[in-house]
Amino acid sequence: MTNLKRLKGFIKKEFIHIFRDKRTMVILFGMPIVQILLFGFAITNEIQEARIAILDMAKDPVSEELSQKIMSSGYFHLQATLQHPRQIEEVFKRGEVKQVIVFPHDLDRKLEKEHRAVIQLIADASDPNTGTSLMNYTSSIIRSFQQEKNQTTSQPYQLVPEVQMRYNPELKGVYMFVPGLITIILMLVSAMMTSITITREKELGTMEVLLASPMKPGLIIIAKVIPYIFLSFINALMILFLGKFVFGVPIKGSLVLLLGESLLFILTALSLGIFISTKTQSQQVALMVSLMGLMLPVIILSGFIFPIENMPFFLQLLSNIIPAKWFIIIVKGIMLKGAGMELLWKESLILLGFTAFFILLSIKNFKTRLA
Amino acid sequence: MSNTRPIIQAEQLTKVFGNFTAVNRISFEVSPGEIFGFLGANGAGKTTAMRMLTGLLSPSAGKATVAGFDIYKQTEKIKRHIGYMSQKFSLYDDLSIRENFRFYGGIYGLSTSMIRKQTDDMLEKMGLTSEKNTLLKALPLGWKQKLAFAIAMIHRPEIIFLDEPTGGVDPVTRRQFWDLITETAYQGTTIFVTTHYMDEAEYCHRISMMVDGKIKALDSPKSLKKQFDAGSMDEVFLKLARG
Repeated sequence: MTNLKRLKGFIKKEFIHIFRDKRTMVILFGMPIVQILLFGFAITNEIQEARIAILDMAKDPVSEELSQKIMSSGYFHLQATLQHPRQIEEVFKRGEVKQVIVFPHDLDRKLEKEHRAVIQLIADASDPNTGTSLMNYTSSIIRSFQQEKNQTTSQPYQLVPEVQMRYNPELKGVYMFVPGLITIILMLVSAMMTSITITREKELGTMEVLLASPMKPGLIIIAKVIPYIFLSFINALMILFLGKFVFGVPIKGSLVLLLGESLLFILTALSLGIFISTKTQSQQVALMVSLMGLMLPVIILSGFIFPIENMPFFLQLLSNIIPAKWFIIIVKGIMLKGAGMELLWKESLILLGFTAFFILLSIKNFKTRLA
Repeated sequence: MSNTRPIIQAEQLTKVFGNFTAVNRISFEVSPGEIFGFLGANGAGKTTAMRMLTGLLSPSAGKATVAGFDIYKQTEKIKRHIGYMSQKFSLYDDLSIRENFRFYGGIYGLSTSMIRKQTDDMLEKMGLTSEKNTLLKALPLGWKQKLAFAIAMIHRPEIIFLDEPTGGVDPVTRRQFWDLITETAYQGTTIFVTTHYMDEAEYCHRISMMVDGKIKALDSPKSLKKQFDAGSMDEVFLKLARG
C-alpha cells in the first residue's frame, strides 16, 4: 500500500516536471503534429499542380468533355497534348509529367455498342505517394463524370479506368510516412525522453537522495517511465488520428491490435532508454547517444526512408537488430494490409525479446553501479 | 552521551575500487545526539565512507551498524531511519517549496496530513510560510540549502548524513546553516557531517581526520588542538597531512 502511494506521488511529480518545461512540451506534442503535417502536406501539395499529359486518340464529344472536366478540377496542369502512344515514354523519361491519360480511338464506338469503355491512366510511380493520389483523383473524377452522364441518358454506360503504374508497380512506400512517423515519435518520446529524465536526476544529485530513501530502485524507474508510457500512447493515437482524418491513411486491420503492438514498441523503446540512462551520467551525453544510437538507425536502417532490400548485404543484416524495423513491418501490416496476429507473431516476439534483453541488461548495470 | 549505546558503529570498514583502496579499515563510534565531523581533503574517502553507511555502496570488508541495523543485510531498514543530504543541491528547481516537501514526504511514506503538518511547522520556523508556493529556482541558494536540510529531516530520522552541505555557500549562510545543525543535534538527532572546511570542525563535538582512506586522528576539536599543539584545526590538518 505504501508503495502504491509512493508511486502515485512520484508520478505526480514527474508530470509536474513535464508540464512545467516548455521544451519538453514542445518535443512531446508540438513535434509529432508538425512532423505529420509536414510529411503529409509535402505529399498532398504536389497534387494541386500535378503536371499531366493527355493522349486523345478518340477526339469525340465524350473524350473532350471528360478532358475538360479533369482539367477544370484544379488538381492538374496540362503540360502536353500527345499525338502518338510513342510519346508517352518520352514525356515520362524527361520527367515532364506525372500522369498520362489515354482515350482509346474506338471510345465512341465501344460506348455505343458495348456500353463500356476503358480509359487508361498511366502514372509515374517512382514517387509512389503522388502516383497513387493522382490515380485516385483521376478515377474519382471519371466516376462522377459517368454518374452525371448516366442521369440524363436512357442508355447508361460505363467508363472503366485502367490503372498502370510505371517504374514502381508495387508501390513500395505508399503511406509509409505514417507507420514510419509513429515509429520515430515513439522512439523519440519513449527512449530519448526517459534516458534524459533519468540522467537528469543523476546530474542534479537527486538520484542519490532517492536511492538513500526507502524507495526501491526498481520502483523509482517504474515511476519515472509511467508518465512517458502514457504520453507516448497519446502521441500514437494523435498520429493515427491525423493520418486518418487529414490524409486519409487507412487502418485496414484491428485498431486494438495496432494499439497493443504500439504499447509493446513503447516498452521496447523505454527499455532502451533505461539502458542508455544506466550507461550515461549527463543529460547531454544521454541526448547524443539517443540521437546517434537510436534516431539515426531508425531513420536510415528501419526501411522508413530507404528500402531495406536495396541495401548492401551487411546493412541488411544490421537492420535486423533495429527494433524499429520490426515495428514498421507490424504497423504497415496492420494499417495497410489488414494483417492480424497470425501474420505478425514473429515480429511481435522479436520486439518482446528486445525488451526483455534490455531490461535484464539495465538491471545488471544498475546493480553493478551500486555494488 | 557516554552511557548509551553508540548509534553508529564501524569496525575495520573497507572499500576497494579495482586496485585503489578508497577507505582503508576505518573504525569509529558515534553516540546519539552527537555532531560527528568527518574531515579530510577532497578524495580522502569521506564520501565513500558515508555512502557505505547510508546503504548506497556495499563495503568490501569490515563491519558496521547504523541505528542498530547491519549495513550489509538491513539497508532497507537503515534507509528508513536516516536522512541524507548529498553534495549536490538536491531539491527540484521546477517544483514549489510545498511540492518538494510533499514529494519527499511521500517517498518516505508519510501520510498526507503528517506531511502538511511537518511542512507548516518547518516553514514557520524558517520564516518561509509566505513563500510556500514559490518555485525553488526563484529562491537564493542559502534558503535552498536550509530547505534541503529541512526536507532531509521531514521523516524525523534518528541520524542525518550531510555530505559537504555547505559547499559553495557564502560565509554568513554557512554560519546560519551550522546554527541549524547545532539546534537539530540539541533536539536529539545525531549528525554525521563531512566537510573540507577546517573552521567548521570547531562546531563538531568530535571529529575524525581522514587522510588517504585512513582515519589519522579522532577526538574533540579541543583535545586535537592540544595533542598537535596547534592554534586552529587548519594547523592540525596540515600537520597530519604532512605526516
